[in-house]
Amino acid sequence: MTWINAIVQGVLVGGLYALFAAGLSLIFGVMRLVNVGHGDLIVAASYLAWSIVHATGLHPLLSLIIVAPVAAVFGYTLQLGILNHTLGKGILPPLLVTFGLSVIIQNGLLQIFTADTRKLDAGALETGSFALLPGVDIGYLPLLMFATAVVVIGALQFLFYSTGLGREFRAVSDDREVAELMGVDERRVYAAAMALSLAVVAVAGVFLAIRSNFDPFMGPGRLIFGFEAVIIGGLGNLWGTLAGGVILGVAQGVGAEIDPGWQVLAGHIAFLLVLAVRPRGLFPRIS
Amino acid sequence: MSALVSRATRASYVAGLLALVLAAVLVSAPWWTGIATERLIGEFMIYLALATLWNLLAGYAGLVSVGQQAYVGFGAYVLISLASLAGWSPLWAVPVAGLGAAAIAAPVARLVFRLQGAYFAIGTWVIAEVFRLVCAQIAVLGGGSGTSLTPAAMKLVAASRPAREAAIYWLALALGLGAVAVAYALLRSRIGLALTAIRDSEIASDSLGIRIDRVKFAVYVLVAGITGMVGALVELQKVRMSPDAAFSVNDWTAFVIFIVVIGGIGTIEGPILGALIYFALREYLAELGSLYLMILGALAILVMLTAPQGLWGFVQRRFGLSLFPTGYRVRGL
Repeated sequence: MTWINAIVQGVLVGGLYALFAAGLSLIFGVMRLVNVGHGDLIVAASYLAWSIVHATGLHPLLSLIIVAPVAAVFGYTLQLGILNHTLGKGILPPLLVTFGLSVIIQNGLLQIFTADTRKLDAGALETGSFALLPGVDIGYLPLLMFATAVVVIGALQFLFYSTGLGREFRAVSDDREVAELMGVDERRVYAAAMALSLAVVAVAGVFLAIRSNFDPFMGPGRLIFGFEAVIIGGLGNLWGTLAGGVILGVAQGVGAEIDPGWQVLAGHIAFLLVLAVRPRGLFPRIS
Repeated sequence: MSALVSRATRASYVAGLLALVLAAVLVSAPWWTGIATERLIGEFMIYLALATLWNLLAGYAGLVSVGQQAYVGFGAYVLISLASLAGWSPLWAVPVAGLGAAAIAAPVARLVFRLQGAYFAIGTWVIAEVFRLVCAQIAVLGGGSGTSLTPAAMKLVAASRPAREAAIYWLALALGLGAVAVAYALLRSRIGLALTAIRDSEIASDSLGIRIDRVKFAVYVLVAGITGMVGALVELQKVRMSPDAAFSVNDWTAFVIFIVVIGGIGTIEGPILGALIYFALREYLAELGSLYLMILGALAILVMLTAPQGLWGFVQRRFGLSLFPTGYRVRGL
């Protein structure tokens, strides 16, 4: 039964990993940009939520009313002000600029908030659970995280394939120049994609802060989990990313059951196995 | 009209001569300076070597790795295993660390080369994390908290402290200057021509018949091997080592990237200039701590956005100066 429990908990944690990954997958799909600072932005959102909760006494989940719009506006300006200037000049500029951003965010958070670990307290939500099977308890928080991941990915999928903005996303992704000729302002479309990505980052950041302790240097680890979920699931496939997150979560859960020191390592090994056997991921959509 | 084709320029003759003089001065340093200066130059040599090697990968072969700390840490762990557990002289462990890193880089390359561009970068990072987590599981080497080289192992380098410091210093010098020499020799060779072509355009060099994957593989393995030796040297310098320090992305990759980007990516001179700037900045700004890192990051972003060829690229364009000529020049007579 401990094994079934490990797998079930792994599936639920996979929802959080899918939330880490969704924003990353979104901007890669639209502009082929890999944001190395993605994980640090998640942690920055956690700190923003922490500050808001401590200043206003809001419930952590309600802090999203402020964190998500702030993150989106930041993403929009970041894209227009800096990242747009790095596109179309090869892989180095976007990679190195977002890498610099990552270092700046980490050390900025360290300056403001010190290296002390922090956590958001969501009260009964964190401790409550129900028994699925004897010995397999489902916590309300993990369940809510997973449900949120499904809703977020469903919403992104709807936005991509059923709205005007989604059509513009797909147009600049397929052929930037033709899209421009059709009157699409690609710079604004990219900025909108980054705003959306950071809104998802905000959701991920708040859940991260509720689920566990966090400190300024957690970003790279979250980036790697998100990245692994994207690659395992297959590039450009949002539901695949959810599946990738679940596989990563299960691998880590099973690894932790064998030996606590193996938790993260088991996830990496699952990722490398997929890379060795199916280099384009399990459910690839774009080449 | 006839023309003269040459590689060297007057500046490069002068630079070559000055480099020889400088090398001689540096080699003799243990006789006229103290341990503190030796250590500072030794640390400079580590960053010179790492920056030159990363530049070969990212600036020429188009392999933007953020996981070179994998080989630094690997080299450090090979050295400490051979010295503390098997009783080897640490100096003999250095070349073994290099060979070991190159040997493990070959299968790693086969795996991460499946990822393109920026995803390759994060893939190399995952590999470095795997190395770190595996090393943290090795109980005889202190697990997650690491261990130190035993005094007995340090005595095998040299019996007296000044002699030991000098030996480690010369090793650092050999690796720092050696890395630049290897890069220079490589770029003047056939592979270098292919690398320069890949740097300028991968599609064009592919259509000219360059076997891009083979060239990239060879460079990746070579760089990993020398990086492994640098890692072994780091262990000798620091004596104490933990998995987090040995596989630190900030120390062994972030700083190195900033050095190369600020100095000028895709040139031999760039990493040298970048390392000098980095050490100069560090002398004045290191007390600022995390603020210093933010300044470095912002500087790298600024350079990437406004002068992507870095400071040396600016000098080269403005004055046509080349101290380590790898191309050919044509002059009318």
